[in-house]
Amino acid sequence: MDTQALNAGAVETGPMRPVLEAQDIARVLTRIAHEIVERAKGADDVVLLGIPTRGVFLARRLAAKLEEITGAKIPVGSLDITMYRDDLRMKPARAIGRTEIPGDDIDGRLVVLVDDVLFSGRTIRAALDALGDLGRPRAVQLAVLVDRGHRELPIRADYVGKNLPTSLREVVKVQLQEEDGRDAVLLGQRTDAEAGQ
Amino acid sequence: MKRHLISAADLTRDDAVLILDTAEEMARVADRPIKKLPTLRGRTICNLFFEDSTRTRISFEAAEKRLSADVINFAAKGSSVSKGESLKDTAQTLEAMGVDAVVIRHGASGAPYRLANSGWIDAPVINAGDGTHQHPTQALLDAFTMRRRLVGRDAGLGKDLAGRRITIVGDVLHSRVARSNVDLLHTLGAEVTLVAPPTLVPVGVETWPCEVSYSLDEVLPKSDAVMMLRVQRERMNAAFFPTEREYSRRYGLDAARMARMPEHAIVMHPGPMVRGMEITAEVADSDRCTVVEQVANGVSVRMAVLYLLLGGSEPAVTAPSRTEETK
Amino acid sequence: MSKTLIRGAKVLGGEAQDVLIDGETISEVGTGLSADGATVVEAAGQVLLPGLVDLHTHLREPGREDSETVLTGTRAAASGGYTAVFAMANTFPVADTAGVVEQVYRLGKESGYCDVQPIGAVTIGLEGKKLSELGAMHESAARVTVFSDDGKCVDDAVIMRRALEYVKAFGGVIAQHAQEPRLTEGAQMNEGIVSAELGLGGWPAVAEESIIARDVLLAEHVGSRVHICHLSTAGSVEIVRWAKSRGIDVTAEVTPHHLLLTDELVRSYNPVYKVNPPLRTERDVMALREALADGTIDIVATDHAPHPHEDKDCEWAAAAMGMVGLETALSVVQQTMVETGLLDWAGVAERMSFAPARIGGLSHLHGRPVSAGEPANLTLVDTSYRGVVDPAGFASRSRNTPYEGRELPGRVTHTFLRGRTTVVDGKLA
Repeated sequence: MDTQALNAGAVETGPMRPVLEAQDIARVLTRIAHEIVERAKGADDVVLLGIPTRGVFLARRLAAKLEEITGAKIPVGSLDITMYRDDLRMKPARAIGRTEIPGDDIDGRLVVLVDDVLFSGRTIRAALDALGDLGRPRAVQLAVLVDRGHRELPIRADYVGKNLPTSLREVVKVQLQEEDGRDAVLLGQRTDAEAGQ
Repeated sequence: MKRHLISAADLTRDDAVLILDTAEEMARVADRPIKKLPTLRGRTICNLFFEDSTRTRISFEAAEKRLSADVINFAAKGSSVSKGESLKDTAQTLEAMGVDAVVIRHGASGAPYRLANSGWIDAPVINAGDGTHQHPTQALLDAFTMRRRLVGRDAGLGKDLAGRRITIVGDVLHSRVARSNVDLLHTLGAEVTLVAPPTLVPVGVETWPCEVSYSLDEVLPKSDAVMMLRVQRERMNAAFFPTEREYSRRYGLDAARMARMPEHAIVMHPGPMVRGMEITAEVADSDRCTVVEQVANGVSVRMAVLYLLLGGSEPAVTAPSRTEETK
Repeated sequence: MSKTLIRGAKVLGGEAQDVLIDGETISEVGTGLSADGATVVEAAGQVLLPGLVDLHTHLREPGREDSETVLTGTRAAASGGYTAVFAMANTFPVADTAGVVEQVYRLGKESGYCDVQPIGAVTIGLEGKKLSELGAMHESAARVTVFSDDGKCVDDAVIMRRALEYVKAFGGVIAQHAQEPRLTEGAQMNEGIVSAELGLGGWPAVAEESIIARDVLLAEHVGSRVHICHLSTAGSVEIVRWAKSRGIDVTAEVTPHHLLLTDELVRSYNPVYKVNPPLRTERDVMALREALADGTIDIVATDHAPHPHEDKDCEWAAAAMGMVGLETALSVVQQTMVETGLLDWAGVAERMSFAPARIGGLSHLHGRPVSAGEPANLTLVDTSYRGVVDPAGFASRSRNTPYEGRELPGRVTHTFLRGRTTVVDGKLA
C-alpha cells in the first residue's frame, strides 16, 4: 500500500463517497484475472504476491478467479515491504507484515504483485527491491485495484481495476470484507491542516 | 518501547509480544537465498564487549549484518581498558565517531544503565549482559523458543506465555539470565519457579515475581519448560555446595529426571553447557533440548530488537498499558 | 585584643542571649551586653552551638592530595561549623608512626581553619597483623588517643583484644570499622531486596553486627572501652543498646548519610551513593535516628571521604566508596533529627560537639560549654535557611556528595576558632 494511502487512516476527511461498490470490485477483479491469463498465456507460471494488508486479500481473490478460469491452482503469497521502505526513518519503527513465498521459490516465475492503490509508486519500488532479495523471477507485473495517479517514480501498473483521477487534496480509501467488513472504494476530501500542501 | 534496552523489566507485555512477533518474521530471512534486509543501511552499531563472549557477540553481529548495519567490534578486555574511567572515555569516543547504537557487554552490573543515563553518549544502548544483573535479549530468545515450542510458530503470533510453567534451575545468585527471565516471563504471564540450593538463591529473592523451591524432583512434573543454568565449578571452592558430584545428584538434569517431566516439556540452556555438571550429555543431546534452536533464535530476536529500536525515527510504539491475553 | 559580640543568639537553642568574646575566650554571656569596642554579629533568631567536633574525617593528606589536603579539608570543616576534626589514619603512608601523625598535626596547625587531631593506625599499614607503635604516637606532639584502622576492620580477634588492652595504659580508645572481611568479599551495596534485583554483591548487615557483638564482649572481658565507627544497621543498634545496658564501655557513631539515605538510591547505579558501610534500608534509617535520639548512639561523625571526580564518574563496581560530608552534616542532622522532633539543639550540641570531644580525649579544648571563661569555639547557625546543595560551592577539593540538587535546611553563618572567625556570613574568612 502506498505511503500516502497508509496515512489515510490518520488524516481527517469530510464525508466519503463510494466510487466502487462490492459488485464493481468483483467485476474488475474478474476482468484482471482474464487479462492475466491472456497476457501470461495460461498463467502456468504465475505467482501472485499480495502487498499487506489489503493487497494480500486481493491476491487471494484473484487466485480464486484464476483457478475458476484455468482450472489450475495458482500459488498465492504475500510480500511485506516494510523493511524496504524509503521513509522508514521518518516515523517510529512499525510492526512488520508477513512475507510468504508459496512453493519453493520465485526463480523463473511470472510474479504478479497485487496492491490496492497505486499512488506515488514508492511501495512498488520497495516491493521490487524485496523481490530481488528473494529470487529472480522471469518477469514481474503489477495489478492494482485503483490507480489514482501522482506517480513520483517511473512505475506503471500492468492491470488496473479503475483509473481514478484525483487531486492531492483527495483521499482514496479501500475497504475489503476480510479486513473492514465491506467491499468499497471511497473518495473524500482532506480537511486537516496539511490538506492544502 | 523505551529508547534503550537495559533490563527485561523495561518491556511491557505488548512490547515483548511485538518483539517476538517481529522475530518470527526475521527468522524467515534466514531461509532466503539472500539473508539480508536493507533496513539499517547506513547505520553504525558498535559491539562494545568488555567481557569475552564470542557467542553473544557473533549473534549480535549476525543480526546487525542481516539488517545491513555497519558493524564495529570493540573488544575491550585485555587492552588498557579495564578500569572505570575508560567506560566513559570509550563511550565519548564512540559518540564522537557518530555511532548510532551501542551493544554493550560488561562485567560490572549496571554499566549499561550508567552508559545510557550518564550523559556520556546519546545513542541508544542495548544491554548484551551486565555482571549478574540483566541479559534481556537472552530472556527474549528464551521466551521466543518457549512460545514456538509450547504454543506454536504461527499459533503463537500475538500471544504471550500465559499459564505456562517455567522452571529455572541452578546458580540464580550469579545469573543475569535468571534475573532477566524472571522479569520477562512474569510480564508474559508465565509462572516461574526457581530451583537451586539455598546458597545460590539471593537474599531478597522474596520480592521477585516467582516461586522458589529447593527440590528439583518436586517441580519437574509440573514444568512446561526446564531451563538449566550453567554452574561454574569454582563455586564449589567458595562453599556454595560441597562437591560437583553432590550438586549434580541434587540439581543436575539426567535422563531419569527428564523422564519425569511432562511429555511436551522442553529442556533449555543458555549455554555454554557444563556437561556432567548441571546437565548430562544424554539430556543435552536429546530432542527435547532446545540449545541449538536457542542459538538460531538469538539472531532472529536480536534482529527484531535492533529493528524495533533503530529502524524508525524512534522506537516502535506499543500500547503503554499492559493488556491481558484474550483467548 | 579583639572583641566580638554575638547579639541575641539562641544559645544551644534556648533563650536569646548575648555572647561576648574577648581574644580567645568567652568573657561574658548574658543579656543586653555592651557592644563597646566589639565587632557585633547580629544573631537574632540564629542558634549558637559549641564548635562542632568530627571524630571521623578523611583529610587524605599525605598521599591523596588530589582528593583533599589538610588545608582544603579544614576549610570544608570550618564551613560546616567544625572547630576540630579527627583525621583518619588511612593515608599514604599510613599514619602508623609518630612521624606521620606529627606531620598531619603540624599541617592542621598551619591551616588555621580547624584543629586537626590525628588518629593513629591500630596496626602497621592497616594490615591487621602487627600493632603500630601506639604508645609512641600518644607521646608524640600529636598526643594521639584515638586509634583506628578505619577503611579496614581489625578482624583478628586476638589483635583487637590486645589493642583494646594496650591503649588502657594511656587512656586511648580503639575505633573499630566493623566489617567482617570474609562476609563482605566483593561487596558493593547493602545485601537485600535491592541488591538481589540489581545483581550487585551484597554487604550483609550481619557482617557489621557480628564484629560489633564480638568487640563489645572483648571490651567487657578486658575492661576497656571501644568505639564503633559509622554504625549502620538496626541490628547494630540493638547490640550496642544491650552492651550499654550491661555496663560495657562502648560508644558509637552514626554518619549523617545513614540517617537520611537508603539503598533504594542505588537503583540509579550512580556511584555517589556508593559508601562503606553501604546505605541500608528505611527500617535501619529509622532505628538509627531513634538510637541517636535515645543516646544508644552517642555521636554524629561525618566519615567525610573525598574522592576525585574520575573515581565516581564511572560504573558502580569501579567506583570508590565514600561521600564528602563536612559541609552538609549539620543540615542533614537538622532535617533528620531536629525537624522530626527527635532532638533539640542542646541534643545536637551533645552529639556533635560535647560527646565527640569527650570520646576523643579533646574535651579540655573542644566541646566546652558556652559560658564565661571557656575557649571561644563556636558555631552560629541560621536554622531558618533553606537551600539546594550545590557542590560547586564546596570548600572541599572533592565534590562527591550524595545531596547534589537536594534541598536541605540550615546554614552555618559564623564559625569561631578560639575567638577568631573562620567563617563570616556563610563564607570562609
